[in-house]
Amino acid sequence: MTRLSRLLVGAAALLLAAVYVLPLWHVRLIAPQYPEGLGMHIHVNSLQGATETDLNNINELNHYIGMKRIETDAIPELAIMPWIVAVLIGGGLLVAAIGKRRPLYFWLGAFGASGVVGLIDFWRWEYDYGHNLDMAEAIIKIPGMSYQPPLIGSKQLLNFTATSWPGWGGVAAGAAFALGLTATVLVIAATRKSRAMQATTSTYARKGNVHLAAAS
Amino acid sequence: MKKTIAVRSLLVGAASALAAVSLFYSCAVPKTANLAAGDAAGKVYVPPGSYDQYYAFLSGGYNGQIGVYGLPSGRLLKFVSVFSQNPETGWGYNEESKPMLQTTYGFIPWDDTHHPELSQTDGVPDGRWLFINGNNTPRVARIDLTTFETTEILQIPNSAGGHASPFTTPNTKYIVSATRFSVPIPNNDVAIESYKKNFKGTLSFITADQPGKMDIAFQILLPGFNYDLGHAGKGPSDGWFFFTSYNSEQANEKLELNASQNDKDFIAAVNYRQAEQCIAQGKSRTAPAEYFHNVMDEKSHQARSEKKTSVTMLDPSSCPGMVYYLPTPKSPHGVDIDPSGEYIVAGGKLATVIPVHSFSKLQKAIADKQFDGDVDGIPVLKYSATIAGEVQKPGLGPLHTEFDGKGNAYTSMFISSEIVKWKLGTWEVLDRMPVYYSVGHLMIPGGDSKKPWGQYVLSLNKITKDRYLPTGPELSQSAQLIDISGDKMKMLLDFPTIGEPHYAQALPAALIKDKQLKYYKLSENTNVGVVHAEKEGGISRNGRRVDIKMAAIRSHFAPDNLEGVQVGDTVYFHVTNIEQDWDIVHGFAVLGAENSELIIAPGATRTLKWIPKATGVYPFYCTDFCSALHQEMQGYVRVSPAGSNTPLIANISKKAAAQISKNEKEHAQHSAAGGGR
Repeated sequence: MTRLSRLLVGAAALLLAAVYVLPLWHVRLIAPQYPEGLGMHIHVNSLQGATETDLNNINELNHYIGMKRIETDAIPELAIMPWIVAVLIGGGLLVAAIGKRRPLYFWLGAFGASGVVGLIDFWRWEYDYGHNLDMAEAIIKIPGMSYQPPLIGSKQLLNFTATSWPGWGGVAAGAAFALGLTATVLVIAATRKSRAMQATTSTYARKGNVHLAAAS
Repeated sequence: MKKTIAVRSLLVGAASALAAVSLFYSCAVPKTANLAAGDAAGKVYVPPGSYDQYYAFLSGGYNGQIGVYGLPSGRLLKFVSVFSQNPETGWGYNEESKPMLQTTYGFIPWDDTHHPELSQTDGVPDGRWLFINGNNTPRVARIDLTTFETTEILQIPNSAGGHASPFTTPNTKYIVSATRFSVPIPNNDVAIESYKKNFKGTLSFITADQPGKMDIAFQILLPGFNYDLGHAGKGPSDGWFFFTSYNSEQANEKLELNASQNDKDFIAAVNYRQAEQCIAQGKSRTAPAEYFHNVMDEKSHQARSEKKTSVTMLDPSSCPGMVYYLPTPKSPHGVDIDPSGEYIVAGGKLATVIPVHSFSKLQKAIADKQFDGDVDGIPVLKYSATIAGEVQKPGLGPLHTEFDGKGNAYTSMFISSEIVKWKLGTWEVLDRMPVYYSVGHLMIPGGDSKKPWGQYVLSLNKITKDRYLPTGPELSQSAQLIDISGDKMKMLLDFPTIGEPHYAQALPAALIKDKQLKYYKLSENTNVGVVHAEKEGGISRNGRRVDIKMAAIRSHFAPDNLEGVQVGDTVYFHVTNIEQDWDIVHGFAVLGAENSELIIAPGATRTLKWIPKATGVYPFYCTDFCSALHQEMQGYVRVSPAGSNTPLIANISKKAAAQISKNEKEHAQHSAAGGGR
């Protein structure tokens, strides 16, 4: 790995630490009666309202449609995610320290897989909350209606327009992955180049130009 | 086809003729009212979703409340319950607020509010609190301007008719109250005709800058006149307070005639710093006086009453230099101090001029001992020694004056029904605006302060007659908004007001708009009947007393079915609105309750007392349309015969049951974890 690649991976690892502070994702609900909106922030380890009462108010409104209460304790992944992120940060720093190619590939792969699994899991929870309604407790029952908010973008759910988009934590994670990917691309490119050079060198070496081999 | 055209032209012709006739009539019939200036509509129009520029607080007069209006639109925003029971909000009916109306005369469910007064910092309204007086059973109240709720009421002892109240000193160290009706002090059984011998007036100075701690700092015992209005000095006259008085004749019957004999009555000029010094020097006495101080506790939402038993009393004879009388023509009503603090403007109800005293001349007259005798040892200053000028031919029946901060004064004329603009210093009349009908007070936002926002004057008229669609013999009152930003006054708007707004105060909305509380924090609610969650609801009995704790949340009560109540029990419904969301208010009413409903703000607890008189099943329901399923927000109480063995039952909702089992599970886990250690 070049110095630049190592720096990029180190920076990516440090940038990823932002998710401990900043929310990964936002969901905002706007209705005629809620022009100021109700908001939910998804953090790496918790679900929080945009104000101290928003999450509870969202849950109270959701009781009309029989939705389960949205709360940190209900989602076990939130207990695990900080550790996964910690491993990714630690791994990134280690990769930057040792500067070997293969650990880098492995780290980036794990990072990418975590991200994809995380988004799928997020979508799966949205699906679960939006579809698995307690029809015995539901007050408003509309046949065929589900209340799954979008992963990204806007969707009308009864009187609420639900909008989801990444928070600064999510953006930081994406940027960290982009840095890692850049580092990896650079490393791959450099490796290819050096392989090509090695191939040339071997040809030269065979021809007796040994001093060139030392350059690789 | 031709026929159609003929008919049409005939119709058009008839319509034109009709239009011409109506045009003639609209010109010919004289309009009783002044027409508003051409651009008036645009100046008072506040588009949907936009806010007014000012909050205006208008006393509710004989409804005992305060009306909050937006200006310039004149839209009614709220009524604040103060001294009167208000079944709309449950004020004075629910157990929490009942102690607020406690007095030494007992529970007084009504009063007559006259003068709202905003707290001030350095002589300028600051938006902390609003004060108002109760005229009938003398009291002053504090309204918190983050909640628009009455938080404190202090009774004024040794007083009958708290009219000159609750005007503030420039930093709200004191607000005042003076007796409109002199009475024997302490009050006792004497012949009314012994008025001159036995009747006295008091001026009360009330500490007001600490919420929850209003108290009578001291009272000054004065001759038995009628003390009418007051205003504090400011700037150079800071430290002085001025009160008008009438009936210096000390008549006790047919005052209409007998109190209008003297050519001049008095303004009492009170040096309250001198009063403070006299108290510090031990020149005051402690007089027995019983009065109540009632405070609404912010956290428990429960009012408490405390009875006090004495006041500090000052006699002018033992504190020279504290009070002087300024002779002022003909039964003066308003006494208003200009923004500079130099001019003291009096409104002699029957005077033909508006007299203006000068504070600097007053100081000099005192130094030079320019006295014209005394009344009970109180020096009377020479009129010529204190008068700065007189506004000549101002109109008839001058009452009150406010200022625009640009060197002009505006005086209300009750009899000639107009507002007169005149210039301070030159005393010349600059403009007149007829008002409909018979203006009492007038109000410029901050117009009694050091820095008026001199954009509008509001005319608070006493007589309404034909201003609006007639509504039988009893009509609303009428206010008129006038633009005073230019040289000439421009009439902008009429709007009806409720009760009889005497005085008003207004301040820019920006001063208080953003500090409005949206809900009470449920976690901080310490009411004895509070529930913080549905699972905490329930029913309990102690002898013949039954307490029901209940949560209200969209769209149900928890519990909502109750049994075990018996005829003759005293039942208390403690209802907590456990919502924490803006404007999600719940109500509570039960069949046959002999008081009002409860209206419960989010996070608050309110308690309704109910004594069922007959067996049966009684429904209760939410009275404030809270949600789509508001109509379903109801429940039942079963009432069994006295001595019945129907068990106490408060049903638990599935949700509350789930909460309980979850909590129990957690509790068990915690105990298990604890045991393992």
